Amino acid sequence: MSNRPNLPPLSLHVPEPKYRPGDEADFSDLQIPAAGSAPRPATDVHPSAIHDLSYGLVRVLDDEGRAVGPWDPKLDPDRLRAMLRAMALTRAFDERMYRAQRQGKTSFYMKCTGEEAVAVAATFALDRDDMCFPSYRQQGILISRGYPLVEMMNQIYSNKGDPLQGRQLPIMYSSKETGFFSISGNLATQYPQAVGWAMASAARGDTRIAATWCGEGSTAEGDFHSALTFATVYRAPVLFNVVNNQWAISSFSGFAGAEATTFAARAIGYGIAGLRVDGNDALAVYAATEWAAERARTNQGPTLIEHFTYRAEGHSTSDDPSAYRSSGEPNAWPLGDPVRRLKDHLIRLGEWDEDRHAAMDRECAETVKAAQKEAEKNGILGHGLHQPFETMFEGVFEDMPWHLKEQSDQMIAERKAAGI
Amino acid sequence: MNMIQAINSAMDVMMERDDHVVVMGEDVGYFGGVFRATAGLQKKYGKTRAFDTPITEIGIIGVAIGMGAYGLRPVPEIQFADYIYPALDQLVSEAARLRYRSNGDFTAPITVRSPYGGGIFGGQTHSQSPEGIFTHVSGIKTVIPSTPYDAKGLLIAAIEDNDPVLFLEPKRIYNGPFDGRYDRPAKNWTAHPASEVPEGYYRVELGKAATVRAGEAVTILCYGTMVHVVASTIEELGIDAEIIDLRTLVPLDIEAIETSVKKTGRCMIVHEATRTSGFGAELSALVQERCFYHLEAPIERVTGFDTPYPHSLEWAYFPGPVRLREALKKIMKD
Ligand SMILES: Cc1ncc(C[n+]2csc(CCOP(=O)(O)OP(=O)(O)O)c2C)c(N)n1
Repeated sequence: MSNRPNLPPLSLHVPEPKYRPGDEADFSDLQIPAAGSAPRPATDVHPSAIHDLSYGLVRVLDDEGRAVGPWDPKLDPDRLRAMLRAMALTRAFDERMYRAQRQGKTSFYMKCTGEEAVAVAATFALDRDDMCFPSYRQQGILISRGYPLVEMMNQIYSNKGDPLQGRQLPIMYSSKETGFFSISGNLATQYPQAVGWAMASAARGDTRIAATWCGEGSTAEGDFHSALTFATVYRAPVLFNVVNNQWAISSFSGFAGAEATTFAARAIGYGIAGLRVDGNDALAVYAATEWAAERARTNQGPTLIEHFTYRAEGHSTSDDPSAYRSSGEPNAWPLGDPVRRLKDHLIRLGEWDEDRHAAMDRECAETVKAAQKEAEKNGILGHGLHQPFETMFEGVFEDMPWHLKEQSDQMIAERKAAGI
Repeated sequence: MNMIQAINSAMDVMMERDDHVVVMGEDVGYFGGVFRATAGLQKKYGKTRAFDTPITEIGIIGVAIGMGAYGLRPVPEIQFADYIYPALDQLVSEAARLRYRSNGDFTAPITVRSPYGGGIFGGQTHSQSPEGIFTHVSGIKTVIPSTPYDAKGLLIAAIEDNDPVLFLEPKRIYNGPFDGRYDRPAKNWTAHPASEVPEGYYRVELGKAATVRAGEAVTILCYGTMVHVVASTIEELGIDAEIIDLRTLVPLDIEAIETSVKKTGRCMIVHEATRTSGFGAELSALVQERCFYHLEAPIERVTGFDTPYPHSLEWAYFPGPVRLREALKKIMKD
C-alpha cells in the first residue's frame, strides 16, 4: 500500500444488478422512447451522423398494437402472419424440447423464450441465401427458413437420424444448405468468422451478405472486438446482432459494460453504423435488419444492431434463475412479449383474431408433437448408442490418417474381446 | 466433503488467512459459480474479493496477472477448461514467463482453477482435458487432484505458491468417485476415506505423487478421474498393480515414478486427454529414458482418442474399464 495518508483511498466499483431474489422488480425508470419517435436515415448515411440511434431505441409497435413512425416496414398481412407463426412455432418447439430434457430424453436444452422476434424477424428481413453465424439462441432462424423440425430434434436427441452423427451438444445445429453456420460452444467465435465470410463474398463480387448474433455478455470476448475491427477496415457486408437479454447466466448486463453505455454504441468507436432496437418488437427488428442489409448490399459496410430484450427463462436446462434474479422480472419487463405484440398488431389491422390465434397455437403444438414422435423413432439420447462406434473417428480429417485407423481398430477389438 | 466443498473450503481458508487472496471469474460472485465452487465467498468477503467478471477469458487472466503484479493473489476461475483457449496468450506468453523475463522483478502468483474432463455429456466444448498444452509451456505448474482431501490441500498449496498454477478439477468426480456407472455421474463421496476433509488449513505439497495402492506387478501412472477408474478396474481384476496418482504434472514427482517402475518392471499410463502429444507421451519417454533396462514389457498408454469429444459416444471415448482391461491383459501377457 502506498503511504500517503493525505490522499483519499481509491475504491473499486463492482456492478450490482438492481434486483435480486426476493426484491420486487420495477423497471419504471427505464428510458423507453415512444414507438415511432426514432428517425430513419437513408441507408447511405455516414455512421458518424447517426450516433443518436445507438443510444435511443427504434420502436415501431406502440402500446395499442399500431405500427407507427418512419421505421414501419409496411409488411403485407400474409408476411406478418407467417412471421407470427414462425415465432409461435419457435416457442412451441422450445416448450416441447425443454420438457423432453426434463423427461431425461436428452442431456441439455436452451430456450429463447421472449426473444423469438430477434431471430425470426431478422431472418424474414434477410435473403434466403444470406449466411447466418448464430449463437445458440437463434433456433428461430432455422424454423423461419423451414428447416425440418424433425432434423432439429434428431440433433437434440443425438439419435441415429442426427445429421451431425451425435457429435455435437444438443441445439448446436449446423446446416450449410439453410445458411446456418455450425454453432460453437465457445462464445463469440462466430463473429470474426461472419466477417471473413462477408469479406470473401465482397472480394468475389457476390451479392450475398452475412449476419451474426451473440449475447450482450459475449461482447466482452476478444473475438467480438477483432470482428468489428476487420469489418470496419474492409467495410465488410455484415450485420452484427447483439442480443441484449439483460442476463448472461447469473451475470447481469453491467458485467459487459452496460452501466457505462449501450451495446449499440460499441459501433461508434469503430466507425460502424449502430442501431439500438426494441428486440421484443418484431417490426422494429425487421426494419432495422432490412436497413442494415441494404447498407451491406450497397457497399456501405457493416451495421451493429443491439436488440434490447429480456431472457424470460433460465439460461439453459442447467440453470436456475431464481437463485440470482428477482422472480418478478420477466413479468415486469416493460417491452412486453414479442409474440403477443405482433398478434395484437395483426388483430388491430383486422387481419387476425383470438380464435385464429388459438387455433394456430394448437396447430403449432400439434406440429411439434408430431415431429417429436417422428424423431423419437430414431431414438433418444442414452437409450442405447445410436451411432456405430467407428463413426467417432470419421470426419476428423477428410481422409483418415493411420493413427486414427489404428485407434478405431483397437477400440473395435477391445470391445469385441470384452464381449460388447 | 465432496470435491466441490473441499475446493470451496480451500478458498475460504485462504481468503480468511490472507486478504490478498481474491477470487474472480464468470458467475463466481453472487451466484457462487456454475458448479458452486465459490458459493458464499462473496457474502463472506465482499464484492472486491469475490467478484463476477466480464465474459472474456483473456481479460480474466490478463487482469489477474496485473493484480498479481500489484501484490494480490488472484484465483481466477475459467468456467470450463475448454474456455482456457481464448486465454492462452496471457497464460503462455505472459504468466508463464513474467518471472523469467523480468528476472524476478515481476511474478504472476495466480492460481487458475478450471473444471476439466468428460463423462458428463458435455459435448465437445465442455469435456476436454487441456493439461498437455500447459505442461508443454515452461513456467506454469499444473496440478490435478483426484480426491476431496487432495483438492483442498493442493489448492491451498497452489494459492500459496508464487508461480502461476493451473489447477484442473476433474468435474466427473466433483460429487463422488467414479463408480463404474456409465449413465450418470457418481453422487456420493461420503463413503470414501478421502472425503474426510479437515475444516481448517492444511497443505498437500505440490510436486509429490501419491501411491494410491502399492503393488508389484505393474505401475499405473494416472491422475484425476482416471485414478478411480483404474483403482476400481484393478480391484475387479485382482491384479497386484501399483497405482500412482501423479497429482502434480509439473513439477513431476519423477522419483516416485522411477522407484515404482524399477520395482514392478512394467508401466502403464492412463489419461483422458487425446493421445498424440499428450502428457502420456512425456511420461512414456521419461520412463523409457530412466528405466529402460528394468522394463519387461513395452510401456502401455490408455488415453482418449485423437478425435474431438463426441457427445453421444462419450462413453466409448472415455477410457473406461473395457479399455483398461484389454490394455492390462496386454501388458501382463508375459
Ligand atoms: C469462451 C466461453 N466462455 C464461457 C462460456 C460459458 N458460457 C456459456 S453461455 C455463457 C453466458 C453468455 O451470455 P450472453 O452472451 O449474454 O448470451 P445469452 O446466453 O444471454 O443469450 C457463458 C459464460 C462459453 N460457452 N464460452
